[in-house]
Amino acid sequence: MSLSAPETIEEIKQRNKELIAEVLEHYPEKSRKNRAKHLNQFQEGGKDCSVKSNIKSVPGVMTIRGCAYAGSKGVVWGPIKDMIHISHGPVGCGQYSWAARRNYYIGTTGVDTFVTMQFTSDFQEKDIVFGGDKKLAKIMDEIMEIFPLNHGVTVQSECPIGLIGDDIEAVSKQKSKEYGGKTIVPVRCEGFRGVSQSLGHHIANDSIRDWVFDKMEGKPCPIELTNYDVAIIGDYNIGGDAWSSRILLEEMGLRVIAQWSGDGTIAELEATPKAKLNVLHCYRSMNYISRHMEEKYGVPWVEYNFFGHSKIAESLRTIASHFDDKIKEGAERVIEKYRALSDAVIEKYRPRLHGRKVMLFVGGLRPRHVIGAYEDLGMEVVGTGYEFGHNDDYQRTTHYVKDGTLIYDDVTGFEFEKFVEKIQPDLVGSGIKEKYVFQKMGVPFRQMHSWDYSGPYHGYDCFAIFARDMDMAINAPVWGLTKAPF
Amino acid sequence: MPQNADNVLDHFDLFRQPEYREMLANKKKNFESPVAEAELQRVVEWTKTWDYREKNFAREALTVNPAKACQPLGAVFAAVGFEGTIPFVHGSQGCVAYYRSHFSRHFKEPSSCVSSSMTEDAAVFGGLNNMIDGLANTYNLYKPKMISVSTTCMAEVIGDDLNAFIKNAKEKGSVPKEFDVPFAHTPAFVGSHITGYDNVMKGIFEHFWGGKAGTAPKLDRVENDQINFITGFDPYTVGNVRELKRMFDLIGFNYKIVCDNSDVWDTPTDGTFRMFDGGTTIEETEKAVHAKATVSMQEYCTEKTLKYIHEEWKHEIVPFNHPIGVKGTDEFLLKISELTGRPIPDQLKLERGRLVDAICDSNTHIHVKKFAIYADPDMCIGLVSFLLECGAEPTHVLATNGSKSWAEKVEKMLADSPFGQNCHVYPGRDLWHMRSLLFTEPVDFLIGNTYGKYLERDTGTPLIRIGFPIFDRHHHHRYPVWGYQGGLNVLVWILDRVFEEIDKNTIVPAYSDFSYDIIR
Repeated sequence: MSLSAPETIEEIKQRNKELIAEVLEHYPEKSRKNRAKHLNQFQEGGKDCSVKSNIKSVPGVMTIRGCAYAGSKGVVWGPIKDMIHISHGPVGCGQYSWAARRNYYIGTTGVDTFVTMQFTSDFQEKDIVFGGDKKLAKIMDEIMEIFPLNHGVTVQSECPIGLIGDDIEAVSKQKSKEYGGKTIVPVRCEGFRGVSQSLGHHIANDSIRDWVFDKMEGKPCPIELTNYDVAIIGDYNIGGDAWSSRILLEEMGLRVIAQWSGDGTIAELEATPKAKLNVLHCYRSMNYISRHMEEKYGVPWVEYNFFGHSKIAESLRTIASHFDDKIKEGAERVIEKYRALSDAVIEKYRPRLHGRKVMLFVGGLRPRHVIGAYEDLGMEVVGTGYEFGHNDDYQRTTHYVKDGTLIYDDVTGFEFEKFVEKIQPDLVGSGIKEKYVFQKMGVPFRQMHSWDYSGPYHGYDCFAIFARDMDMAINAPVWGLTKAPF
Repeated sequence: MPQNADNVLDHFDLFRQPEYREMLANKKKNFESPVAEAELQRVVEWTKTWDYREKNFAREALTVNPAKACQPLGAVFAAVGFEGTIPFVHGSQGCVAYYRSHFSRHFKEPSSCVSSSMTEDAAVFGGLNNMIDGLANTYNLYKPKMISVSTTCMAEVIGDDLNAFIKNAKEKGSVPKEFDVPFAHTPAFVGSHITGYDNVMKGIFEHFWGGKAGTAPKLDRVENDQINFITGFDPYTVGNVRELKRMFDLIGFNYKIVCDNSDVWDTPTDGTFRMFDGGTTIEETEKAVHAKATVSMQEYCTEKTLKYIHEEWKHEIVPFNHPIGVKGTDEFLLKISELTGRPIPDQLKLERGRLVDAICDSNTHIHVKKFAIYADPDMCIGLVSFLLECGAEPTHVLATNGSKSWAEKVEKMLADSPFGQNCHVYPGRDLWHMRSLLFTEPVDFLIGNTYGKYLERDTGTPLIRIGFPIFDRHHHHRYPVWGYQGGLNVLVWILDRVFEEIDKNTIVPAYSDFSYDIIR
């Protein structure tokens, strides 16, 4: 139920304008000017969303953003399952990100796979004072002894590493040599670098280029190739997302030779430059390496969106357009195969969700990618924004949002709370830090990073889960109990 | 196609369907370059051996699955125990995102905290401007009554001086001159989250009692009959603080919980988000200087704070170690009675009798069962004490953030009980060490936090979830573990698991179900 309930697009735009002005009033002048550039609304026909992005967060405002370490260890590298990722520095960073991201994988944890473990150099004062390189070298030795089936190691730098002048590259090179050329990747993803997780993605991408691909040059391809080889790029297999995507690609006749990086392995990373096409889900976190593979190895890449049946069908056709008729027919066959399921999902859930308004604030690709899935269910996204998006994300967003959609970049706790209070959406989709704030306000909520421990939401099979979850959130009887009758 | 709109399969069922199993098997075979099955099994078995345990315990540099977090987390925990207070963490912003997520996952509550968002330029030039702008923004947006400043490792490595920075920010008008901004340096590379709690508590007392960083006169202590209670970094703070208050009100004496986060982490869903709720007020914090004694419920969370209060302010200092169970509560209440001169009321005596009654009814199911325990140092002591009085045999006691002197204290407790004779204490060890212990010297039950579920999976040791963090079970933090009522909760959590195990072991029809008893 909307409190203000503006009817026409003009009324909505006027409301949004007033709302932004009202929120900005609370800031000291310097920050007001800064934040004003990040808040706007989409104007029909706009090339982007008319907000600044990928700029330093204002101190003291309660940004929702994380850091470069989170982008590298937490997102890009962490899910590579047969390697050991050392959180290099004090204990906290690795502890708080330990198994928190639901990067599903198959393996015997602690023996041949290591994703849900926390390896840390647990820096002490003496490591800060005297440097941590010797300790790092010793850690590598201990890893090789105690976890002999590991297929490589990465060093995920925490803040102090870059500040105390450690040479993790030298240690990595030395130890790689000592252990017969084992892949050991130093990653300079100290948390203070850049303005958000985003630079961590970029740094991690570059480390794959420099320490995985370059090392492969001149070596024979580990697998026999076919004309239908693709790699899934930028799917972290949250709750199994990459699996419910992979099955569709295989059913249309493609062969998925690698998953980046959910349930991925170093062997898959190494094989990827031989793919015929890279299919890219999270553009934000893995466009860098996709561009590199295009430039250096001539592997084209294409973005796709597997949220909601409309976008899935569109994406299957787009991917198929890069292949011959066999694959194009395969795409049609897959779309046809799942039509009954999608129809049944829509028939069941659309009447329960039609007309409901949603506000989003997420990272990566989801602030735009999930909009189609909501629209498939008859829902409307009235506000969205990116934690760490760049202008190219906001350009891409224009293909998804409607005129007058409220846009908030790197939203602060204060702004988000005020926006939701005023707009009174039927659902907010954001992260764990936001979840309980809005639920206390009586607004249904779904975590759109972790899928609220449910999901996955990619692909046809999991659109059913998405629809069920949104219905469960919005139509839970508990929302009728928040006001005491006395 | 396995999925169905009328009966939606969740991830745990969906990916076990034949289509997905086949797909994943092919992925492994064709693309993952997997370890050969025989070799994998060989290593799996090797990790269970004494040989592996010795190599594992010989580790000097690598930490695997530690049971501790860093100082700044404890700093935030302490700060939100004061009325209207926002923790302001000076350093990189990602840290704050982590603390907030971590607490929200445990308490299922919002967790408000801000960062000064330092980046590369601040690494070079220092974070003064971040402090100046940050304090102004926090003050204007969130209208706190107090901002409690602590640090991340970044600010510590570059050597930012909080005292000077805050003074500077006040001169620049970020916050009014008289606005309270207590601070503490909380380097992540020293101690653990319990050290951060300690440092912030000490910082807050130094601020309010010791002359607000040279900007106000030191307080004059005029001793009164109040007893201060500091509860420490406690995962059960919501239930425990309320239970303490209930018991204290029954006894009837002048007390104050200094740092009370029981309300801010248990706000209602009634249409209003409360960024702040409850907490010790500034006035109460100031007045606490006059107390005759300060009791810490967790000695190892308050080492520096207690020393400061004792040496500078001459309070009688009474440290406890997260008291759990009959004897723990007896000692605690007797000490309160001694401090206050008040008798322990009949109501509490009755509750004691009920807890003893419950142990009496059920202890045969716990008697001589072997337990492995890991937790923060104080909680380990509380749990060991309770297990001993139930006749259980603690076998491995581990605290990643436990010191040698802590280990000696636990060893002394164990030595004093016939049930503690076969137990070893492991300070500074991690959960990968615990894995080796559970394989080589198996126990019946494991007590630990949520991450203990990986040990349960690998070693088959049933996990009883008590500790921090608990992410995968809901609402236990709302129940106390202190007092006789709290002891009852712990007893029930242990017993529930014991009975579930017996049922699980006897459930097979026509094989074991003769023992699948209806009455236990």
